[in-house]
Amino acid sequence: MSPTDQKLLTVRGLQKSFGDNQVLKSIDLTVARGEVLALIGPSGSGKTTVLRCLNGLEIADGGTIEIIGADDATHAPVTIDFAAAHGSRAGVPKKTLGTLRDRSAMVFQHYNLFPHKTVLENVMEGPVVVQRRPRAEVETEALALLERVGLGEKRDSYPFELSGGQQQRVGIVRALALRPTLLLFDEPTSALDPELVGDVLRLIKELAAEGWTMVIVTHELEFAREVATEVAFVDGGTIVEHGDPKEMLRNPQHERTRQFLHRLLFPF
Amino acid sequence: MSESTWQLLLDSLWPLIHGAITGTIPLALASFAIGLVLALGLALMRLSKRRWLSSIAQVYISIVRGTPLLVQLFVIFYGLPSLGIVIDPWPSAIVAFSINVGGYAAEVIRAAILSVPKGQWEAAYMIGMSHRRALTRIILPQAARVSVPPLSNTFISLVKDTSLASLILVTELFREAQQVAAFSQQFMALYLEAALLYWVICLVLSSGQGVLEKRLDRYVAH
Ligand SMILES: Nc1ncnc2c1ncn2[C@@H]1O[C@H](COP(=O)(O)OP(=O)(O)OP(=O)(O)O)[C@@H](O)[C@H]1O
Ligand SMILES: [Mg+2]
Repeated sequence: MSPTDQKLLTVRGLQKSFGDNQVLKSIDLTVARGEVLALIGPSGSGKTTVLRCLNGLEIADGGTIEIIGADDATHAPVTIDFAAAHGSRAGVPKKTLGTLRDRSAMVFQHYNLFPHKTVLENVMEGPVVVQRRPRAEVETEALALLERVGLGEKRDSYPFELSGGQQQRVGIVRALALRPTLLLFDEPTSALDPELVGDVLRLIKELAAEGWTMVIVTHELEFAREVATEVAFVDGGTIVEHGDPKEMLRNPQHERTRQFLHRLLFPF
Repeated sequence: MSESTWQLLLDSLWPLIHGAITGTIPLALASFAIGLVLALGLALMRLSKRRWLSSIAQVYISIVRGTPLLVQLFVIFYGLPSLGIVIDPWPSAIVAFSINVGGYAAEVIRAAILSVPKGQWEAAYMIGMSHRRALTRIILPQAARVSVPPLSNTFISLVKDTSLASLILVTELFREAQQVAAFSQQFMALYLEAALLYWVICLVLSSGQGVLEKRLDRYVAH
């Protein structure tokens, strides 16, 4: 296997219930290095739950997640078997869960920046406090990242002083600064005013072009078509179909996919 | 008012202020500091997933809030000696007031922690923080901002409540006033003077609260 088509993320039979509500029935997906997987699907289908499981914010009840590190030489793959953990946080070895978290970083729908910290502090908090990297080095890197998304001047601003689009770009920089192998985006633009969506999508597109591996939950079909290397349609807790974005969005195989796409294209 | 009454008020001003400086204020500060630590612990117990921890805190809070402070004070100072536990006036007062503040402030802190959006916990976990670190670095600083106004009220009530300590022989502002009043038989004048001093202290504290809120407000939209 060449390094490029080696699977960075492999999810098998992932299950998750909230009480009696089985939200994820059985999710299978793989993402190769440098690939961008777009998850689409109706509201309540479980897209966010999939991402949250990938970041360890939610502990699945069954199935496995395998993720490899940024550099094969030093980062061996870790596999978490959730069936063995019985859906409890205590059942998953702390270290393994920590590795899953270290390797993935999430960009939230509502940004979730720390309101009591400046832009720069938001970005540096993880690398300095959690990863214990040298402050000076982290600061240089953080400033370069902020510069690159056009927010160098906002380094000392507090989140409330920024527009939604700027906050989300800080959210993305905060994730990048953690040096993850996998970036997770949960509807990164759906809370934004329409005129601010473009900036954020453009940034994500640039990141994709740079070779970042990403899983993106999105309702922006045009964006998915252009940026994703693979699109998966989630409905009722399973992946109903997946494939090449251009192909699948034009010519979906399943009736449910067809209906969903139709509704997105013709909302009323 | 006669000239001699004025003279008495003037003469008694220093003993009363002295009572405030050596009694009322340190008593309030010490009890508040200890009470806050207790309250934070109780709030975290209340929020704990372990039912028994949460229940213990709940019972404590319920008892403290459901019984008069004066009775709590008397139980400790006059009641415990019959069990062979004799505590001096000062420590008795501090224990009683701390326990009391703990009960009231615990609910304030608990509510403040719960008022921080869930997304803040998740962002903290996302960047790799443990529960404890998320609590201390992300959640509590935000909860602190929310709890300043109600905790200031708790503190101001406490300052006034310290006058009860005069009943267990602690020398503080009100006890000084009582003593001068008994000696001079000028009850009205002395008690009004004491009231005025409490009021001044509370005014100072309220303005301090304003400053503190402003400081903590720098990251909040107006
Ligand atoms: N913590 C939770 N407790 C209970 N139920 C939950 C929880 N989180 C999600 N759910 C339920 O799981 C289902 C899937 O939720 P999820 O957020 O994953 O959907 P989604 O596909 O992201 O939807 P949307 O497009 O609206 O964001 C929903 O029915 C939701 O009510
Ligand atoms: Mg969602």
